[in-house]
Amino acid sequence: MTVPAIELKGISKSFGPVQANKNISISVAPGTIHGIIGENGAGKSTLMSILYGFYKADAGEIWINGEKTEIPDSQAAIAAGIGMVFQHFKLVENFTVLENIVLGAEDGGLLAPSLAKARKELEDLEEEYELFVDPDKRIDEIGVGMQQRVEILKALYRKAEILILDEPTGVLTPAEADQLFRILHRLKEEGKTIILITHKLREIMEATDTVSVMRRGEMTATVKTSETSPEQLAELMVGRKVLLRVDKAPAKPGKPILEIENLRVTDEAGVERVKGIDLTVRAGEIVGIAGVAGNGQSELLEVLGGMRPATGSIRLNGESLPLSGPGADGQARRARHIAHVPEDRQREGLIMEFHAWENVAFGYHRDPAYQRGIFMDNAALRADTERKIEKFDVRPADAWLAAKNFSGGNQQKIVVAREIERNPDLLLVGQPTRGVDIGAIEFIHKQIVALRDQGKAILLVSVELEEIFSLSDRIAVMFDGHIMGERLPHETDERELGLLMAGVAGEAA
Amino acid sequence: MDKMPKWADVVLIPLISLILAAILSALVILGIGEDPVAAVKLMVSGALGSTYGWGYTLYYATNFVFTGLAVAVAFHARLFNIGGEGQAMLGGLGVAMVCLYVPWPHWSIALLAAMAAAMVFGAAWAAIPAYLQAKRGSHIVITTIMFNFIAAAFLNYMLVNVMRPEGSMDPATERFPEAVHLPTLHELLAPIGISFSKAAPANVSFLVAILACFVVWALIWRTRLGYEIRAYGHSETGALYAGISPVRITIVTMLISGALAGLMAINNVMGEAERLVLNSTEGAGFIGIAVALMGRSHPFGVFLAALLFGFLYQGGAELALWTSIPRELIVVIQALVILFTGALDNMVRMPLEKLFLSLRKGSA
Amino acid sequence: MDFLTLIQIFDSTIRLATPLLLACLAGLYSERAGIFDIGLEGKMLMSAFFSAAVAAVTGSVWLGLLAGIASSLLLAGLHGLASITFRGNQLISGVAINFLAAGMTVLIAQDWFQQGGRTPSLFGGARFEPIDWPFAEALSGVPVVGPIYSELLSGHSVLVYIAFLAVPATWWVLYRTRFGLRLRAVGENPAAVDTAGVSVVGLRYAAVAICGVLCGIAGAYLATALQAGFVKDMTAGRGFIALAALIFAKWRPWHAMWACLLFGLLQAVALRFQNIDLGGVVIPVQAMDALPYILTVVILAGFVGKAIPPKAGGEPYVKER
Repeated sequence: MTVPAIELKGISKSFGPVQANKNISISVAPGTIHGIIGENGAGKSTLMSILYGFYKADAGEIWINGEKTEIPDSQAAIAAGIGMVFQHFKLVENFTVLENIVLGAEDGGLLAPSLAKARKELEDLEEEYELFVDPDKRIDEIGVGMQQRVEILKALYRKAEILILDEPTGVLTPAEADQLFRILHRLKEEGKTIILITHKLREIMEATDTVSVMRRGEMTATVKTSETSPEQLAELMVGRKVLLRVDKAPAKPGKPILEIENLRVTDEAGVERVKGIDLTVRAGEIVGIAGVAGNGQSELLEVLGGMRPATGSIRLNGESLPLSGPGADGQARRARHIAHVPEDRQREGLIMEFHAWENVAFGYHRDPAYQRGIFMDNAALRADTERKIEKFDVRPADAWLAAKNFSGGNQQKIVVAREIERNPDLLLVGQPTRGVDIGAIEFIHKQIVALRDQGKAILLVSVELEEIFSLSDRIAVMFDGHIMGERLPHETDERELGLLMAGVAGEAA
Repeated sequence: MDKMPKWADVVLIPLISLILAAILSALVILGIGEDPVAAVKLMVSGALGSTYGWGYTLYYATNFVFTGLAVAVAFHARLFNIGGEGQAMLGGLGVAMVCLYVPWPHWSIALLAAMAAAMVFGAAWAAIPAYLQAKRGSHIVITTIMFNFIAAAFLNYMLVNVMRPEGSMDPATERFPEAVHLPTLHELLAPIGISFSKAAPANVSFLVAILACFVVWALIWRTRLGYEIRAYGHSETGALYAGISPVRITIVTMLISGALAGLMAINNVMGEAERLVLNSTEGAGFIGIAVALMGRSHPFGVFLAALLFGFLYQGGAELALWTSIPRELIVVIQALVILFTGALDNMVRMPLEKLFLSLRKGSA
Repeated sequence: MDFLTLIQIFDSTIRLATPLLLACLAGLYSERAGIFDIGLEGKMLMSAFFSAAVAAVTGSVWLGLLAGIASSLLLAGLHGLASITFRGNQLISGVAINFLAAGMTVLIAQDWFQQGGRTPSLFGGARFEPIDWPFAEALSGVPVVGPIYSELLSGHSVLVYIAFLAVPATWWVLYRTRFGLRLRAVGENPAAVDTAGVSVVGLRYAAVAICGVLCGIAGAYLATALQAGFVKDMTAGRGFIALAALIFAKWRPWHAMWACLLFGLLQAVALRFQNIDLGGVVIPVQAMDALPYILTVVILAGFVGKAIPPKAGGEPYVKER
């Protein structure tokens, strides 16, 4: 038997009271692609960060090519032939591609010879792996797909034999992702060992030779990819059979609640993110927006939630909604009965340092019901919180606990309780189950469907196709700021949506 | 779970920081060949051993309550207002103009007018940095530092070229009229039979300072505005989501902060000097930083920290009088307090967090 | 205003710009590496005292310079400890350092010399003497070029020349060496440096140390060359003017030199003329004092081109995925 390229033995790591990795062992044969799959927070990234010397394991050993290796820092990881492409790229934005590649791997104290040598070597690498980038472009001038190539080239320039990629397709279109996988296969053929971390089953099935499944910090199984199925992996990931579809009655759409016409959004950097879209959401239906992250969905939600200005026209219940100026902020939106479960609950939906009861007022803190004279009526607020905690089964049921001390699922329940209990005409929902445990996912999905059944309009944005399929009554796909088409969930499939998400227009919508 | 109990965060960490600062200060005193124990004794008897000492301690503390609250309010919105010094200088200008150019029938009305003027002038001086931070992203720390220097130059100009009485060589205004004289603690306490030193400058402003603590507490923890300030301070994106305007909060918070710093002038200008002199603030604006850090930005903590610094100031003055230790010792202590409670907070915090974590593991 | 007066003003501009320039370049290294430093003032002050004190005691200005640099380095180390190792607030640390220097210098001065917080006056070998360039005397008679050569360029102390040579040196280090590349990278995105296998902590400490050395030279120049001895608070806000110049220069070496010369010129003019009469409109000296600060605010406001600091500036580096 060949010596494994990487062998981890009994790795454990905890952050304060949280144990991120429990006694994990793994063995990867050289020249293979090994997948590590698991839900958000399962401990995949922590494990790989240990392998790259970013964190120090509390216990366990790392063996590289049959030799026990200490990896106290990234320097040691690079020396051991390990390269890593992080989920969030580690590039200096105002440096050129070449400067980024050379950084940390220079030859000698002077820059000019290093850069010249790197330029030469880069050409060879580009030839060898078909990884073309312009070495003189600045990072902030090139797209994310290109930036990812720079990260891979960085690793190859450092003579990496083992390449770790952490959720590499999160920001890519399906086409770009396919291209990435072609590159990975090419690298594998050249004898490199690749570890692919993802939570997407499809990628594991398509790209890997072997796969390990992680759940709550533990390694639950390692199998040959050819000998497993998506269903089996999903079960291993979550620990029981997954309900892929939510039980719901057919929608009974009523009058249009939200009517968007020719909406355009330009971001702070002057880039147009939403390029003239039209969309209608009716009472009693859930419209799901599918798309790869970064194609304008977030901006659409933020405009509707009053978080950024836009041009075009939006009507709510037939009356127009201001798109810029003081009448277009989050307060004005709430006054028009728009509720918003934001994409990032930790940075937007909650103030992590506030008590649960303070968070229950967040955004509605000017509600007269919460006021007494010039002061806030904290007692009324706490009573309201107790009620919502009870109704939404928030655990622990402690209104005085700070938001940061709840689990992801319970944090999200606080947000959902606050927004749904407002009985809004339109509910905006962004990534409702990101980083949420499976029990809470079901609960939150049911609450959203229940609101729909009361005849409310719901606009859902999610990068999880499964979630889009299971919740939506109608699906719109966004790509590059455009809506590529609308489909009914029972009349389409993942393949067709995937094409639309990649910007390949189907038959006229 | 929180890494450690709240009381440890609120009480233990400042206490340990203070002890560290005290130990280092003692070493400094030893280093210059003096006896720290004797020095502390002298400071205690000088600052707290007589109503005269108390009168000065409370007078200084009054200054520091105002500047401390000013820094603390801004901290809640995660703004570092380092410009308390300049805002207090301008507050002094406002007070001087009110006291000099308007004939007041009674000190109480004059005090109200002076408070208003001090707050308006202080707030106005904070307004430009606030606006630039809110609208153009100019770093408020740098702009408020610059505004301190501009304030000093402006005040210098006003005192030398505009407000100086004819024939006087002193860059200062003339004395305020008798009618605006604020009652000292001696005058306030005498009617109820308590005798207090006549010479000490502590005055009715001390009561205003206590009142300000309550007002700030209510503002931060009991009003919508306070809620919004705290929310914005914790998360700017969160504020945006909730429809809390970052521009508005930044400007309003800085105006409140500047007004509080300016308000200090009723104590040092109207209550003590009874005229406006150059450098009337004597660095109190900067001590506000130490006071706010030590007081954990809570009005009650600010009050306690201000008392401590009042004690240090008066004690330090006594030290300078009776020993060869210069008053600058206080500046050193102030630096150490800022260092330990502010910049080196983690040095104290991290070992403590580990300790509490292992304690909890042990009991679980 | 005659030509000679002009030369004299420019001459004093160079003298006054020197401490600003040294401190400004010091700040440049630190802030380019992502460590904000509002403690330039304190480090200069500390060095001013120790250089003067040691020079006064030993009679050697070079020993004084070394002592000044060492004391400034000590404070720089403290700033590094607070803002790099313990990931504290860099601004608060800077404030503390300024006060620490303001207090300690007087305290120690009083203890050592009992002269009310000053050092004895320095003379002879305890001061940096002007260096006369070759033929300065002979050429001084030549019209225009003569005074420029002999008055303006020649006759400064060695530290002045060091300060102005430090400008191209800094440019070269920053843009032409490996260290410079890494330094700029760590101020923009420390995670990129860290994952590339370079120590963020090491780089930042190096930058802070260079900052300490340059501030040390600046302080020593103040006390042993520009003036003859230390007096309480003798930096008089120069550290902040240097900071202002750094922002004005948008963290670039050559621009820093021009900014410091401009601010030096303002000081020189204010020193010489007090109130300036511009045909009826009198500009008070206080306006000249305030001008550097006002200009900086205008620059910061972005009305004259936006000053964008290094991206990671002021933020302690915490590893995250």
